[in-house]
Amino acid sequence: MVGLLADKDRIFLNIYGQRDWGLEGARLRGAWNGTKDIVAQTPEWICDQIKASGLRGRGGAGFATGLKWTFMPKAESERPHYLLVNADESEPGACKDRDILRNDPHLLIEGCLIACKAMRAHTAYIYIRGEYVHERERLLAAIKQAYDAKLIGPGNVHGWDCDVRVTHGGGAYICGDETALMESFEGKKGQPRLKPPFPAGAGIYGCPTTVNNVETIAVVGTILRRGAGWFAQFGTEKSTGTKLFAGSGHLNKPCVVEDAVGISVKQLIEDHFGGVRGGWGNLKAVIPGGISVRMIPAEQCEEAVMTYEDLQARGSGLGTGTMIVFDKDADLVKAIARASYFYKHESCGQCTPCREGTGWMWRVMERMVTGEAEMSEIDLLLDVASQVEGHTICGLGDAAAWPIQGLFRHIRHEVEDRITQYRAGKPHVQGATLQAAE
Amino acid sequence: MSVRRLAQIQPASFAFSAATLKRIREVVTHFPAGRQQSAVIQALWLVQKQEGWVSEPAIRAVAELLGMAAIRVLEVATFYTMFMLEPVGEVALVQVCGTTPCQTRGAEALLSVCKRKFGPSNHRSADGKFYWQEVECMGACANAPMAAINDYYYEDLTPESFEKLLDDFAAGKKPKPGSAIGRMGSAPQGGPIALTDAKLYDGSLAKKITIPNLPPKASKTRAPA
Repeated sequence: MVGLLADKDRIFLNIYGQRDWGLEGARLRGAWNGTKDIVAQTPEWICDQIKASGLRGRGGAGFATGLKWTFMPKAESERPHYLLVNADESEPGACKDRDILRNDPHLLIEGCLIACKAMRAHTAYIYIRGEYVHERERLLAAIKQAYDAKLIGPGNVHGWDCDVRVTHGGGAYICGDETALMESFEGKKGQPRLKPPFPAGAGIYGCPTTVNNVETIAVVGTILRRGAGWFAQFGTEKSTGTKLFAGSGHLNKPCVVEDAVGISVKQLIEDHFGGVRGGWGNLKAVIPGGISVRMIPAEQCEEAVMTYEDLQARGSGLGTGTMIVFDKDADLVKAIARASYFYKHESCGQCTPCREGTGWMWRVMERMVTGEAEMSEIDLLLDVASQVEGHTICGLGDAAAWPIQGLFRHIRHEVEDRITQYRAGKPHVQGATLQAAE
Repeated sequence: MSVRRLAQIQPASFAFSAATLKRIREVVTHFPAGRQQSAVIQALWLVQKQEGWVSEPAIRAVAELLGMAAIRVLEVATFYTMFMLEPVGEVALVQVCGTTPCQTRGAEALLSVCKRKFGPSNHRSADGKFYWQEVECMGACANAPMAAINDYYYEDLTPESFEKLLDDFAAGKKPKPGSAIGRMGSAPQGGPIALTDAKLYDGSLAKKITIPNLPPKASKTRAPA
């Protein structure tokens, strides 16, 4: 057995697409088994079971899923309830939902039906990122199979009318934020909304809406089939269950894999990702949860475990559970400068600190890469980063600041050396000024 | 944010093909009555599939079809970077991912291949056949570096395999998307090391089961045990 999890305890059995993705294959692997008995239960029972399983949102924020569902109004009214599945996977490093969408789509569709019952909704919309064309085609084909077999849709065999529809985006990272997702869904620019009102009160079309990540919804069916206790036995008290992890960067065998939450960073890398390029001793840093979280240096990777609480205590986060690994040859300053460019490109332009700040931070980071920057600009950059962080409507401003803060927390000395080396041997020019911002 | 403007030279008119129109009308039915604006991104995408890019007359036509103000459609077309606002290559639109996970695995070499073969990014190549650009994370990081060519993902590329791929496109072939080194999806190179238990696939999971923790049948209203 590699990793912590035995094959019998995995949820996604076709994650690499090694078998039939269609309805027949999915049924053979246990999807749609006992769904009728689950859907026959009350919404309260479903929510209680999901609460007992300890499932937390897999999209990055890690909010308790069962609790989130209970925020929906307790009775249906003239305003219909909606489930909106966030399949706008765009976080650099994250590539796990893609494998569910293309290889295990029936688990997601089944989860939509159960979640709809739990929140008294009759329509689920899956908002998939525009670039996932192949994945969208697969998902649409799987949904058609489910409609044809009367598993979903009006008058289906499960006794809860539920339409599952697919819509897509146009290549905007910001639409992964739930309120931007709702704006985009309504056919507008994806600019986040202020909260409150919260989506459970007024979401799409002003109706009660719950936004959940693909993986969160796709695991629901299996959790209820096997029991909340089965899911809760894995991981720690606050971070339970199994989860898809992905590895990219300087690994021998990058891949996507499901394992128990609470697996150590080292075991995940050594067992599943084929080890760090050049051996464990060649590791420099890991960004454990998608590029938005702060990096952890190699010495902490020895004990770090993939749970919400451990990584948070290290100033980082579990995020989407998709790690980017850097070896000693990596130019971390350049890697983070590229991340800064990403945020500059993806800022929606609504809040001034983010719109102006992301571009400014990127330009300074580019000069840090070459070493042209002034030494004093490091503190200036950190000051600006802290003023972007927390001063925007959505989390993109925070996400743009964190990688930079993580970089300077751990390898500030390297940037300083680079600036010193760039200066060495160059004549000092009196009155040289900072490059003007664009 | 990225600044995007409409092309200088615009066609005089735009007409939906019958297939595009049928598809848009079908998409509109997926949303509640009066909420046809929700279909605007899908409509613009279908327009782009038809024409290769999104022109100003097309934006106006979509606005008219969906009963929206033209400025609202223009906003959407310029906000979302997937919409190409000028004509792209006749053979292929090549989008190379350049974000950190791909960068660490050699995306810069792929960018240089494009630059050498086709000239500067965000322009048509001299022969008009190709149009290339560097894009932000495409969500295939475990198979980095990668490029999307005409919507489909080509993964685990090297400068050599990428160049060959582009040559195949130029020669009119239709290379199969996926991993260039024969990986199965996002499984580790050499084949999966998890999910090897044959019992998962022998049908035993499809046998009738009893859902655990169900409340007693007689008293459904009571709190579950």
